[in-house]
Amino acid sequence: MSFEYTPENLTKLQEMVGRYRVKRAALLPALNLAQQQLGYISPEVEDYVAGLLNVPVVDVHEVVTFYTLYKQRPSGRHHIRLCRNISCWLRGSESIEGYLNQSLGAGEGEVSQDGRFSWEKVECLGACEIAPMLQLDDDYYGSLTREKVEEILKNVKD
Amino acid sequence: MPIVKLLSENFGRREARDIRWYRDHGGYEGARKCLFELTPEQVVQEVIDSNLRGLGGAGFPTGRKWTFVPQESKKPKFLVVNADEGEPGTFKDRQILTWDPHRLLEGMMICCYAVGIHTAFIYIRGEYVRPAEILKQAMADAYREGVLGPRCLGKDFTLDIFVHEGAGAYICGEESALLESLEGKKGWPRLRPPFPAIEGLFACPTVINNVETLSHLPRIVVNGGKWFAEVGSPRNGGTRLFCLSGNVKRPGVYELPMGTPLRELIYEHGGGMLDDKALKAVIPGGVSAPVLAAKEIDVPLDFDSLIKLGSMLGSGGVVAMDEDVCMVRALQVISHFFAHESCGQCTPCREGTGWLEKIVTRLVEGQAYSQDLPNLMRVAGNMIGTSICALSDAAALPVRSFLHKFNSEFEYHAQHRRCDVEERKATATPLARSAV
Repeated sequence: MSFEYTPENLTKLQEMVGRYRVKRAALLPALNLAQQQLGYISPEVEDYVAGLLNVPVVDVHEVVTFYTLYKQRPSGRHHIRLCRNISCWLRGSESIEGYLNQSLGAGEGEVSQDGRFSWEKVECLGACEIAPMLQLDDDYYGSLTREKVEEILKNVKD
Repeated sequence: MPIVKLLSENFGRREARDIRWYRDHGGYEGARKCLFELTPEQVVQEVIDSNLRGLGGAGFPTGRKWTFVPQESKKPKFLVVNADEGEPGTFKDRQILTWDPHRLLEGMMICCYAVGIHTAFIYIRGEYVRPAEILKQAMADAYREGVLGPRCLGKDFTLDIFVHEGAGAYICGEESALLESLEGKKGWPRLRPPFPAIEGLFACPTVINNVETLSHLPRIVVNGGKWFAEVGSPRNGGTRLFCLSGNVKRPGVYELPMGTPLRELIYEHGGGMLDDKALKAVIPGGVSAPVLAAKEIDVPLDFDSLIKLGSMLGSGGVVAMDEDVCMVRALQVISHFFAHESCGQCTPCREGTGWLEKIVTRLVEGQAYSQDLPNLMRVAGNMIGTSICALSDAAALPVRSFLHKFNSEFEYHAQHRRCDVEERKATATPLARSAV
C-alpha cells in the first residue's frame, strides 16, 4: 500500500522544512505528521519520507525504531499509555494494569477484539502529582482507581 | 519562611495564557526593559549576579553558560529550550507550559537578546500534546501582537521561535542527544568537546536552557539579579519548583526558596505521609539522584547541600516512600527504567543497565544467586564515569545508595529469597493494620 501526504500535510511539511538549516532536521516532524495521518509508520511511510527529505531509508528506519512513540503497526482506535514508573508504582499502578488487562481483554501491546483499544506500559509521563496516571490518546487522566478507569473507558464514544 | 511565588503565581489561572492578561499584569516588561534600556552585557551581568543555576538538573550557573558562546560568530547562534521533561518524579515544566506559556517566551526573548540569538527552538516531549497546543497558541498571539517576529516589541530586534516535538526517548533530555534528535537523528549523546556553546545545533553556537531556568529571567531583569540571589541560599539563587510525589498526602508542585529543608517540603507543604505512616526513604532529585534515608531529611534543598550529602538536587523531583515500600522492588522499577532508556551507544551503560535490572529482578523474585549483592556493586562500579553521557552514572548511583542505605532488606532478599517488608505487613495484627 503506497503512502503519500494529503495536500494539506504536504504544505505543512514544506513549511516545517524551511525552519531548519538542514532538511533532515524535519524528520521527526515529518514522521509525526505521517503517523497522525495513517495511525502508524509503515515501511511505505519510511520510503516516502526518506524520499521527500533526501535521507537514506535505513536512517529513517533507525529513527522510527529508536523512539517509543512511533508505532510500527496499527494500534487500537484509542491508545492508552499507563505509567509504570516510581511515583505511579508507589500509588498502585499495578492494580490499574491488572484492570486494563482484564477489562479490555487484551494484553499489553495487543488490540482489543472490537479494535477500539490498545494499551501499553510506559515510563514517566511527567504527571506524578496525579499518580497513578495514564494517557488516553492526547489527554492525561490521574488519581486512578479501577472505578475511575472504568468511567474513563465508558466515556469514549467511538 | 515567607511564601515567594516567582514562577507559580499563575498556576491554575487559565486567563494567564491570554497575552493581553499577561501584559496587563506586568508581562513582557522584563523583555521590554532589556530591549530598550539595557545592553546585552548588562543583561548577562544581572543573570550572573542572580546566581540562577540550570534547573534542568545539572545546576550549572546560567549566566556563565551564556558567556561561553562567542560574541562574534560568522555562523548563526541558536537557543534551544529543553522541554523534554522526562526524569521520573518531575512535572514542573509541564505546569509552566500549561499555565504560564508567555513567561517562558519572555524568558527566551531575554536570553536571545543577551546572547545575540535570532532563532530559537523549543524541544518538547511528544507526549505533552496539550501543553504544546497551549504553547503554540501563545506563540501565535505573541507574533500577532508584534511581541515576537521581525521587530520584537517595536525594537529593531528579530526573534523567531519554533516548537519541535520529540517522539519518546528519555535520553533526549540530555542536551547533546537533544541536539542530535533536533537534527533528525536518533538521540545518541555527543562526545564533548566541542561543547554546544561552540558547536551545537547544526554545528553552530547554541545555548540550551531548561524551561524553568528561562522562566525565571523576566523577574530577574525587572527586580535585579541581586534581589533574586537574596531569595535563595548562598550560590543558589531564587526559588525552585519542587515536585513532590509518592506516598504523601498532598503531592504537587511547590515553589520554595532554594535551601528550604526537605522535611518542610514533605511535612508542611506536602501534609506528611499518607495514612500517617512512617517515612522510609526519599529520592530528592529525580530517580537519577541517590536515595536518602528518612533520618537525612533535614538537608536544605539546594545544589551544594545535596552534593555534600552524596546525592543531588537534580530536577527537583522529590519522591517520598513510606515504611511499607520494599526497597528492592523500588530499585527494580528504577533499574528497569534505565535499562529501557539506555540509548545503546556505550557498552558499559548498554550492558550494565541490563545486568542491574536482571540481578535486581532475581532478588525480587526470590531467585538470587549467592554473589548477587557483590555483583550488583561491581557492575554499578564499572558504569561510573565510563560512558559518554551521565545516564550510566545515573543508573549506577541509585543502586549503590539503595544497597548502602537499605542493606538489610537486600541481604534478606538475597539470603531468604523472600521479602521482609511483605512478611512484616502480612503478620501485622489486624488492629495495627487498620490504624495505618
